[in-house]
Amino acid sequence: MELLANLGLGFETAMTPINLLWCFVGVLLGTLIGVLPGIGPTATIAMLLPITFTFEPVTALIMLSGIYYGAQYGGSTTAILINLPGESSSAVTAIDGYQMARKGMAGAALATAALGSFFAGSVATLILAVAAPPLARAALGFGAPEYFSLIVLGLIASIALAHGSIVKALAMIVLGLLLGMVGQDIYTGTPRFTFGYMELYGGINFVAVAVGVFGVAEILRNLENETTRDVMVKKVSSLWLTRAQFRAIIAPVLRGTALGSILGILPGGGHVLSSFASYSIEKRVSRHPEEFGKGAIAGVAGPESANNAAAQTSFIPLLTLGIPAHPVMALMIGAFIIQGITPGPNVIRDEPALFWGIIVSMWVGNLLLVILNLPLIGLWVRLLSVPYRVLFPAIVAFACIGSFAIGQNAFDVFAIAVFGLLGYTLIKLGCEPAPLLLGFVLGPLLEEHLRRAMIISRGDPMVFLERPISATLLALAALAVIVAVLPSVRRKRDQVFVEEE
Amino acid sequence: MDREKSIKDILSGLIFVVLGGAFGLAATGYEFGTALRMGPGYFPIVLAVVLVGLGGAILFKGLFASVEDRDLGIVSWRAVALVSGAVIFFGATVRGLGLAPALFVTAFVTSLASIENSVLRAGIIAAALTVFCVLIFSVGLGVAVPLVGPWLAG
Repeated sequence: MELLANLGLGFETAMTPINLLWCFVGVLLGTLIGVLPGIGPTATIAMLLPITFTFEPVTALIMLSGIYYGAQYGGSTTAILINLPGESSSAVTAIDGYQMARKGMAGAALATAALGSFFAGSVATLILAVAAPPLARAALGFGAPEYFSLIVLGLIASIALAHGSIVKALAMIVLGLLLGMVGQDIYTGTPRFTFGYMELYGGINFVAVAVGVFGVAEILRNLENETTRDVMVKKVSSLWLTRAQFRAIIAPVLRGTALGSILGILPGGGHVLSSFASYSIEKRVSRHPEEFGKGAIAGVAGPESANNAAAQTSFIPLLTLGIPAHPVMALMIGAFIIQGITPGPNVIRDEPALFWGIIVSMWVGNLLLVILNLPLIGLWVRLLSVPYRVLFPAIVAFACIGSFAIGQNAFDVFAIAVFGLLGYTLIKLGCEPAPLLLGFVLGPLLEEHLRRAMIISRGDPMVFLERPISATLLALAALAVIVAVLPSVRRKRDQVFVEEE
Repeated sequence: MDREKSIKDILSGLIFVVLGGAFGLAATGYEFGTALRMGPGYFPIVLAVVLVGLGGAILFKGLFASVEDRDLGIVSWRAVALVSGAVIFFGATVRGLGLAPALFVTAFVTSLASIENSVLRAGIIAAALTVFCVLIFSVGLGVAVPLVGPWLAG
């Protein structure tokens, strides 16, 4: 019954008019951004982070979460209507969703995505509510060695999903860690890598890194070959499912939800993995596998549910351990810290209203998504025809103002340009940016826990292997590396990403 | 199979080696400490060595292993120059010129990065964006940046 009381507290917090309003704004903005191809939620949240400074912590986090799952949803709309996934996790939706749209079943595909996402989101939110408290309690017993090993596992797991070369992904992590070292040393106060710039004493501004690497670099890439995109479906009719279609999606939605809920907890973009995994499962269990790729409704229902479930459960490591599962969650950590709250197992105890308010707001937000999006679909379709040449100057303008507004500091604006160029160069050379950002955010934490663990163990590195939880986590990390370099897995992984492109 | 050098691997390997070397060199200036009491230089030096090693491995692979995708593809030099120039301009002038003029120039220059935007179009986009952002940030959110800065006010 404790759960009911907690959820009650959550409803009280989430349903205040102000929080409801910003949840709505977040979901709306998120959908808008998700619909527009070329801007992902990482860049969006980074840009909008400064706006939320003035808010109460709960309100700020509710809005940012809304942007995140709103963007997931918006990405599927784009994938279905113009075969251009706004999000890597909706790449799978594009395969069959677009084919359905071409057959004049865009309405059914969109309704499937909406209903599947809502169901999956509700279930996954409930899982989050049930699983988070015991996990947080367990995490309270974690010492420095456990945290160190956990962060190592998180970083290593994140490369299992990066494109291409694993060595390059590892190098990106290490580079990110090093960039995270910039600023004053926490123990001695020695300024490191600041070259005498006072502006760097607090470290490189992570909004600038995120906007540069995910926003500006992406724009430069898109400007390489400009193409005008066609909106196939100008008008979407009959946004509902027939009885037969409804029956056909029940099983895929259930399977997708289960799969996504589990994989979402994994660090390193479980939501992308879960939609791919769900698609291949549906294809395997289907009685008509030949329909896949030609507009199979199960090929939309399964992956859509899976990626939405994963989007919710990826909050679990963040809220209970303070460890981000992917770049968007890394930005959420930044949002917590800016609000003066250290994310981790203490949040649930010290800030119960915040914790449960966020969880309940996710469910409310998912409900808003369904209510909002089915009637507003006409608006989204029209939005799709906004040309990119108008869009990208707006992104750059927002990025500049946003990062300047944080500290009224020109240095942060220059950092956008620097990281934009670095990001673009590295992306061109086949290095994915996500591990770099994760490394950057986790670097200071990793160093702090390493140093603390070494002091506790009197300089004996065996402490990481002698403590059972820490040893298990490190073993998992080692396993992840081995599995990722195994030739058979490599081939599969490449295949998955080939399908995506 | 014909052994082709991979320009992507060679360049990225070099970048990692150079960056790792630079970080490592700078970190030697900080106290290293011992494993028990790590100084501010300990972890960065370890990381820098790892980065140089990884970069070296990538470089080695680029020089000696055969790969299929050697092409860099098109590089949008125009976009690179205009977009980063516009961002730096904003940082350098937002205090002096104020939000509105700095933003207008930045948006104008950025718009020109697309070959589809003519000068006139870029002007229209920049003007619309400036009005939009001033409304959102200054009026709506109360971001405390003067609209017109001291350089123009005097």
